[in-house]
Amino acid sequence: MKLASFSYERPTALADAIELISDQSRDIRLIAGGQSLLAALNFRLGEPDLLVDLNQIKELSGISSSNEGKTIRIGAMTRHHEVLASDLITDQLPLVARAMREVAHPAIRNRGTFGGSVALADPAAEMPACVLAYNATIIASGPNGQRRMGADEYFLGLYETAIEPGEIIEAIEFKAKTTNSFFAFEEFARRQGDFATAGVAITGVNLAQVSDIRVVLFGVADKPVRAIAVEHALTGQALNEESIQAAANLATEGVAVFSDGQTSQAMKRHLSKTLLIRALTQAATID
Amino acid sequence: MDKIALKTVINGESVHAQVEPRTNLVDFLRYEQGLTGSHVGCEHGVCGACTVRVDDQIVRGCLMLAVQVEGANVDTIEGLSDNGRLERLQQAFLKHNALQCGFCTPGMLLTALDLTERSAAPSREEIREHISGNYCRCTGYQAIVDAIEDVVNESAGANS
Repeated sequence: MKLASFSYERPTALADAIELISDQSRDIRLIAGGQSLLAALNFRLGEPDLLVDLNQIKELSGISSSNEGKTIRIGAMTRHHEVLASDLITDQLPLVARAMREVAHPAIRNRGTFGGSVALADPAAEMPACVLAYNATIIASGPNGQRRMGADEYFLGLYETAIEPGEIIEAIEFKAKTTNSFFAFEEFARRQGDFATAGVAITGVNLAQVSDIRVVLFGVADKPVRAIAVEHALTGQALNEESIQAAANLATEGVAVFSDGQTSQAMKRHLSKTLLIRALTQAATID
Repeated sequence: MDKIALKTVINGESVHAQVEPRTNLVDFLRYEQGLTGSHVGCEHGVCGACTVRVDDQIVRGCLMLAVQVEGANVDTIEGLSDNGRLERLQQAFLKHNALQCGFCTPGMLLTALDLTERSAAPSREEIREHISGNYCRCTGYQAIVDAIEDVVNESAGANS
């Protein structure tokens, strides 16, 4: 069906956008890439009074490194295709570069934004999983100034994040790659570009004696989740067939796996384990 | 709701219009501009029938608002056909019988053009991946991939 009527504003500065959304008496939605929002509004899963369009706020876009190359910053309005095409991202955040190939399709990636994906926090989306796997920092601005949130405290529940009313995500910051770091990514989806039925996104250091390992499962719970039992099982171990198998047996231990109407809980547990083995095996064989 | 003034360029022509904010781009093109070559299938971004170009990038016409192309260049199947940019792909589609009802075809051609313009020598696998967001209910896709591969090989041959 067609969208319900709404008013529309297109500020050119972040401060103006924050001002516009501060009115708590109206149902106001922000539009970034619009690839999820407009689909939802087309179904009338929402009928906002006002849409505030972020697409003309230039300061929200761009990929940069700072702090002598130790910090990588992705502006919230950076398009997925820009992230995919970025040499800096490919080099410094290889998990993001790998996962971005699975995000939707070219036409969607031309409009969809990194910050928009993180703001929506779809449990089956690839970018929120990568943000959690890299323990990135989400930077948001609101009427009370700027706030920084670590990934572990950011994803709260189904489409629920630590963003407060009136706040807008400005950027997401990552630590640059360190020596000996490794990553792994596997996803199972029904078709190319679909949301994940199940997926794993992993970062870690030192294949010979694993440390700082973060194992994220996505598409299996109400938000991307860390498989803590797997992380503990692998810490201090060499990544090999034996340690991988032992860890994979704990794939969804302590994870509140849900069925989503198409895939049963049992299937999601099975997929999580299989994808974990594949991903870790691939990581272990890369030198 | 009040209409907003929109100034944009469609297929090389300057367009001034008054649009409701809620009007999406493909509906604006079809109903207000008479450019019915772009089609509406799913209205939530998965089928690709509404694919158009904005500032030289393919986008879903159902997932953009008309007001969002303010100051932008929009190209539709009509324009890209008229200016000849789709000529080789169109010929290849005809040769390989890559269309039956034609509903997916405008979106499919625009997506194919995006690939052939951006990628030097995509493999058959890469072709399939690139058009995976354009659904065809008639052909079974094989002929479409053949047609695109034809154009890719033609370019490769010309450059070798």
